[in-house]
Amino acid sequence: MADKLLTRHLSAYFGKVRALNDINMAFPENRITAIIGPSGCGKSTLVRCLNRMHEVVPGARTEGEVILDGENIYDPSVDPVGVRRRVGMVFQKPTPFPTMSIEENVAAGLKLNNVALSRAERARIVERSLRHAALWDEVKDRLNRPGISLSGGQQQRLCVARALAVEPEVLLMDEPCSALDPISTARIEELLLELKENYTIVIVTHNMQQAARTSDLTAFLNAGDLIEFGETRQIFTNPGRRETEDYITGRFG
Amino acid sequence: MKAISLRSRRLRGAVGVFTAGLCAGGVAGILLLILGYVIREGIGAISIGFLTQVPHPIGVPGGGVANGIVGSAIIVGIAALMAIPIGSLTGVYLTHFGRGSFCSAVRFLSDVLSGIPSIAIGLFAYTVLVAPLGHFSAFSASFAFAILMLPVIITTTENAIRGVPHEVYEAALALGVPRHSAITRIILPSARSGIITGIVLAMARVTGETAPLLFTAFGSQFWELNPNNPMAELSLQVFTYAISPYRSWHEQAWGGALILIFMVFVLNIGARVVLKPKFRS
Repeated sequence: MADKLLTRHLSAYFGKVRALNDINMAFPENRITAIIGPSGCGKSTLVRCLNRMHEVVPGARTEGEVILDGENIYDPSVDPVGVRRRVGMVFQKPTPFPTMSIEENVAAGLKLNNVALSRAERARIVERSLRHAALWDEVKDRLNRPGISLSGGQQQRLCVARALAVEPEVLLMDEPCSALDPISTARIEELLLELKENYTIVIVTHNMQQAARTSDLTAFLNAGDLIEFGETRQIFTNPGRRETEDYITGRFG
Repeated sequence: MKAISLRSRRLRGAVGVFTAGLCAGGVAGILLLILGYVIREGIGAISIGFLTQVPHPIGVPGGGVANGIVGSAIIVGIAALMAIPIGSLTGVYLTHFGRGSFCSAVRFLSDVLSGIPSIAIGLFAYTVLVAPLGHFSAFSASFAFAILMLPVIITTTENAIRGVPHEVYEAALALGVPRHSAITRIILPSARSGIITGIVLAMARVTGETAPLLFTAFGSQFWELNPNNPMAELSLQVFTYAISPYRSWHEQAWGGALILIFMVFVLNIGARVVLKPKFRS
């Protein structure tokens, strides 16, 4: 299995505070990698380093390398905007663009990058993205309604569709289900399994069952350190480290 | 802690709500009182002639404030053209680009600026524009008004932009949208109603200003459309008429005041129409 994404000696800082210590890990292509760990352990910071979103926070910086298809995305010659087009992201809270309709939200990434599209092409991309996000049947008759008129779970799938419309190669999901009810969560999890056919997925989650159900690989982080990383089944049935076992059995965290 | 009986709590609640309601009613009442009084005193002066004629010389009956209405529109319009781009760009800078002590300093100075008496701003405009050029002008009044509008526009723009969740901005960046597009095409449209409200507030505020005009626009009895010349302005006309010893002018002052209030009213209504949201959240 080819590694789509690698980190080499990746450390991240907020001002003087170090949030990630020397992370070395590989994300294989067309696999789902879950990142688990207690609150504040650096899970979100890690995924935000993978598409150069970490540096958007004032005072935040990184050290080390993140290699996407053999190229270090932190090389000074690399444009972060281009990286983010290849590595899409879905956030914890659904974030539909408030002034846009459902259709406009899905097309936003293309439109804002001034991609010239015929009306038919645009309609095709919107439909395909919404179908991939398992939202098409629910919204096909009201594409011109505002994105914020949808329910929370639908909004989150709308955000997935919006991220898919720009055809990224990697999809980062930062606790995408934490604001959703169990039914919506199940929809997103089904979706993940479908999406991994075409995408490399990294998902941060607080929900151990979710990690166990959906992911192929699991990384356990604690206090900015990568404690253990391996096959999900092995991490959950036979963890190599005491801390991992304590965490997944609920003894701490 | 002493337990409070349900009855006593209900009573206190009722007293609290009643007091707050009384205050709210009082505020509305004062506004209606002012409006009613100005309408009663001023409605008699309003006529087609009052709205279409320039002032007549003392002793000649009739005459109007048409030049003042047009002058107000010109002076406030030019002020808005100067203040809106500078103010809103400053707001954008403070929220999305500026960092640290420079930002705090700009914010502090803007707050201080909003507290400076308008007459001092008028004197400043006199010193830097009127005195060096050697004559009063509508443009110098617009300059003074623009300075008065700036802090209002800066603060409201900043607050409106901060009202858009930061996650929305990050979501745009994460789509591979450059920062400038994320701001101009996602954040600013989302903050639009707040920003326009601020601009209208600022325009409404200066429309009623009189003090800076005394040594800038200066006033005029004639039609004057050239911003380089002294120009009539409605609130200045109201002031001049009100302190005059002539009864007919007093009536015209009330009429002018009524039209001023009406103009501010129209500005507010206009903003509401423009702001009709595309989507209801």
